Amino acid sequence: MDQIALNSGDTAWMLASTALVLLMTPGLAFFYGGMVRTKSVLNMMMMSMVTIGIVSVLWVIYGFQVAFGSSANSPWYGSISFSGLGGMVNDLTNNGGVYPIPVLVFAAFQLMFAIITPALISGAIADRTKFTAWAVFVAIWVSVVYFPVAHWVFAFGNKVGDTITGVGFLAGKGLEDFAGGTAVHINAGAAGLALALLLGKRVGWRKESMRPHSLPLVMLGSGLLWFGWFGFNAGSALAANGIAGLAFLNTQVATAGALLGWIIVEKIRDGHPTSLGAASGAVAGLVAITPACAFVAPWAAVVIGVVAGALCALAVGLKYKLGFDDSLDVVGVHLVGGLWGCISIGFFGTHVVNSVGVDGLLYGGGAGLLGKQAFGALFVLAYSFIATLIIGFIINKTIGFRVTRDAELEGIDLNEHAESAYENAGSPRGGMSA
Amino acid sequence: MKLITAILKPFKLDDVKDALQAHGINGMTVSEASGYGRQGGHTEVYRGAEYTVDLIPKVRLEVLVDDADADSVIAVIVKAASTGSIGDGKVWSIPVDQVVRVRTGERGVDAI
Repeated sequence: MDQIALNSGDTAWMLASTALVLLMTPGLAFFYGGMVRTKSVLNMMMMSMVTIGIVSVLWVIYGFQVAFGSSANSPWYGSISFSGLGGMVNDLTNNGGVYPIPVLVFAAFQLMFAIITPALISGAIADRTKFTAWAVFVAIWVSVVYFPVAHWVFAFGNKVGDTITGVGFLAGKGLEDFAGGTAVHINAGAAGLALALLLGKRVGWRKESMRPHSLPLVMLGSGLLWFGWFGFNAGSALAANGIAGLAFLNTQVATAGALLGWIIVEKIRDGHPTSLGAASGAVAGLVAITPACAFVAPWAAVVIGVVAGALCALAVGLKYKLGFDDSLDVVGVHLVGGLWGCISIGFFGTHVVNSVGVDGLLYGGGAGLLGKQAFGALFVLAYSFIATLIIGFIINKTIGFRVTRDAELEGIDLNEHAESAYENAGSPRGGMSA
Repeated sequence: MKLITAILKPFKLDDVKDALQAHGINGMTVSEASGYGRQGGHTEVYRGAEYTVDLIPKVRLEVLVDDADADSVIAVIVKAASTGSIGDGKVWSIPVDQVVRVRTGERGVDAI
């Protein structure tokens, strides 16, 4: 393949996509913030905001190199190097010459993925996490979990002449994950499960009402996530082309299907379709279509979405049966939705819509792709879960991961940040109702 | 003198207020309240998890009246506040020893 030249149209789309993906993290802060009680909104949103701060700084120092550096030629990590990124101005070749955009634009785009992934975890441990411990966790977790896993999944090698070296472990195994079903969602979902188990339940779980304090904030957050996700998925084409268009359309129709799937389950099971269900269904659909968006036809995207919405609507009840307080359903939405999306490619994947795609079961491609998808999904799940347990255990034993019982009851906003979100935060509507 | 207290459905407040004004009652105190009685609370469902919300928003209306007017005023409130469904609220009266109008210092029935 010839070196692809820099293209200003592609670069413009990628700069816009990068900004769109950044917007998802404040969007997530609203999505999560609306779901907690009035006494913990600010802490919930701050867990996302501080993640933007920490990961951006680490990315410049060494993060990008660990994920996408080329000198190690390893399937497990890029390079261990304190690069500062400054040497890459006008550098087009460090990406292997495969994409028509500058390396720095690629680095900025991938940074936004590295930010939102740990931010997603925060929903599993709402209302009770010591803020400094969270900050330390984010720094360690992205360094030893996200950066390497991003290399496994998203590093397609460095082309020198006709040899390609340094292909990521899972990319080399033939895993199809277009925008991060494994690296982002299964990764964050498994980590959320590990931390929810490690930190334990909130005081009063299942005894007092922990209903969402502001569903309009949740709706606002899901809208921002949906909007930003077009950058996440369509931007992952790393070019403004037909594949980006396919990913864009599939993102829309799968999300729409999942929104309907979730509220239909609610209507049948509970009698009422809810606004929280519509918002959650949309996010479940976005999660599920993320790995599949450029490998399946739009009709299949609708099916993937509807199933994702229904599946996740049922999966969020598991925590009550199994007895762990995954407060905002990071497991039920991101882990379950991510697994389904990743596996679904094994059924619905087709080369008809994407020449580099492989045919899945329904297109006569056999079970080979399904096996690769399942292997990749479970490998990331297991690594993230175990690594997170170890990191979390060490933090818990040294600086402590949870606020005191009194601080949790009085409200984490007041105790960790000396702020309250509303005039009457902590009043019966927020803290103690029912 | 009597203090009449009524717990009402919030949306019935205007009807009760109009009825009392038509009955010649020219003053009242209204505050927001929450509580429950025989109707209990209601159930809300979030992501499939049911929460019982037992404190329901109500309005608390208080009126001071002469002993002779108490029964008729209670009747006016009950008539205006009723929807016939559960959760309509309650009305009660208690004796009042003394009432003073702050501006003039008038006492007793003159102060009502």
